[in-house]
Amino acid sequence: MPLALEEVRRIAELARIGISDAEARAVRAQLNDIFELIGQMQKVDTDGIEPMTHAQGSASRLREDAVTEGDRREQFQAVAPQVERGLYLVPKVIE
Amino acid sequence: MLNTPLKELSAALAQKKISSAELTKLFLDRISRLNAALNAFITVDAEKSLAQARAADERIAKGAAQPLTGIPVAHKDIFVTKGWRTTCGSKMLENFVSPYDAHVIERFNASGAVVLGKTNMDEFAMGSSSETSFYGPVKNPWNPEFVPGGSSGGSAAALAARMAPAATGTDTGGSIRQPAALSGLSGLKPTYGLVSRYGMVAFASSLDQGGPMAKSAEDLALLLNVMAGFDARDSTSIEHPAENYARDLDQPLSGLRIGVPKEHFGEGLSADVGKSVEEALKEFEKLGAKRISIGLPNSSLSVPAYYVIAPAEASSNLSRFDGVRYGYRASGYRDLADMYRKTRAEGFGAEVRRRILIGTYVLSHGYYDAYYLKAQKIRRLIAQDFAEAFKQCDVIVGPTSPTVAFRIGAKAADPVQMYLNDIYTIPANLAGLPGMSIPCGFGANSLPVGLHIVGNYFAEARMLNVAHRYQGVTDWHRREPAGI
Repeated sequence: MPLALEEVRRIAELARIGISDAEARAVRAQLNDIFELIGQMQKVDTDGIEPMTHAQGSASRLREDAVTEGDRREQFQAVAPQVERGLYLVPKVIE
Repeated sequence: MLNTPLKELSAALAQKKISSAELTKLFLDRISRLNAALNAFITVDAEKSLAQARAADERIAKGAAQPLTGIPVAHKDIFVTKGWRTTCGSKMLENFVSPYDAHVIERFNASGAVVLGKTNMDEFAMGSSSETSFYGPVKNPWNPEFVPGGSSGGSAAALAARMAPAATGTDTGGSIRQPAALSGLSGLKPTYGLVSRYGMVAFASSLDQGGPMAKSAEDLALLLNVMAGFDARDSTSIEHPAENYARDLDQPLSGLRIGVPKEHFGEGLSADVGKSVEEALKEFEKLGAKRISIGLPNSSLSVPAYYVIAPAEASSNLSRFDGVRYGYRASGYRDLADMYRKTRAEGFGAEVRRRILIGTYVLSHGYYDAYYLKAQKIRRLIAQDFAEAFKQCDVIVGPTSPTVAFRIGAKAADPVQMYLNDIYTIPANLAGLPGMSIPCGFGANSLPVGLHIVGNYFAEARMLNVAHRYQGVTDWHRREPAGI
């Protein structure tokens, strides 16, 4: 079932990626080709097969509940687009 | 020096026949001469490399050298490297100078190796041709009109043009093995979890695995000895006892059971590649190995399942690029949501945006069972196929890629054709198995052909043994591009 243009726009919005109408049309054709490829999966019966989430089935490792990282705020904020007094700046969200 | 195996380079350094500074300078000079034409490196910093080389020379003088001390290694620009710009091939990270080292970089630094530079790659490792890089396509040194493969194409081109004696790559669906094949090199994707993903920019976390790229299996073993190791900062790192991956290189192959999957020799495989692989299988038989026909019946479903799982994980991983904490931020936006939309539309290239859209869709409400869950079930079937096969054989051998390198631009407009490049390599990622590619001949346009070897979990030493013995009776791995 091919994707409608409206659906492409909806996915782009969910992914927070701006998309023009021309881009949406172009990407729609490519996505439909890709979903046709993906659709081959439906040929196989997978009833009763346990999904494989990971290559190694092991459970998560536990560790002591102790601080292992030092304060590296300055280093990490040095690569941020906009900071002030140790805070990341973004456009105002609350009026 | 340009063609010398790592073991011999190491001996030359130890015997003071050459210093690390001289060796590093040799390769840096070669990079400044050749890189403009091949675009293999995104970042080179001679001063930093030479400072590290001088420190290595002091270490050698003190008698504290390890096997790779003083050896320059080119790193895929996906491994964050402290004080080095790390772009992952993206505009999103154009100005990102990493505040820390990836585990792999830490391990190379601790071994005394020298960071020779950061190599070009498909943006966020999404591609099979190294054409999606924001920094321009990488050219194949065997013929610059052709792609070197991808996504670790910069590392492949650097090695093939002898701009580096060793390199690192990462492999999510074939990104070490396919460029190794298309560029006439040896490359190894280890068992999932053997090499830490800490500081390796994430693409699809359940599939991503770092590994070495080099001119021979023996060199790969020495590099893997440094790269492999447990790291608590990677939640899927495996607590596996340290191994010397070079220990079995010279073991005889008599009695080795080679599984040959019929599904990898059917429709889609080009005749030139098939012929070289057949000849390689005959060499193995001469070495005493036994050929066994096996089946990997769900193999053809690996590409469809991969293009659900990898984009799904990517859409989640790449949500961190929002223009707030690091990386690119668009200028001129109305509000926070507009800043996100513009930043991500401008910062990501077309292929990355496409994969994020696929991933977002398959994980969206109402589609999860039909796509993501279905793909995970198929992943299980593929892993089970391998488990069955390894009851009958020790390694699985076939072609790495259906064709030799293709022309730059030939598949750029057709994502599905591009995705099918990885049809033979993707199954090992889905199962988490180790896989490698070694050169086994030349095909159309005199371009290299790669032989794919897949082993069982943690069978790296055995696979390297298989490859090394083959390289002992053939010289494909010693061939180099003419005219460079």
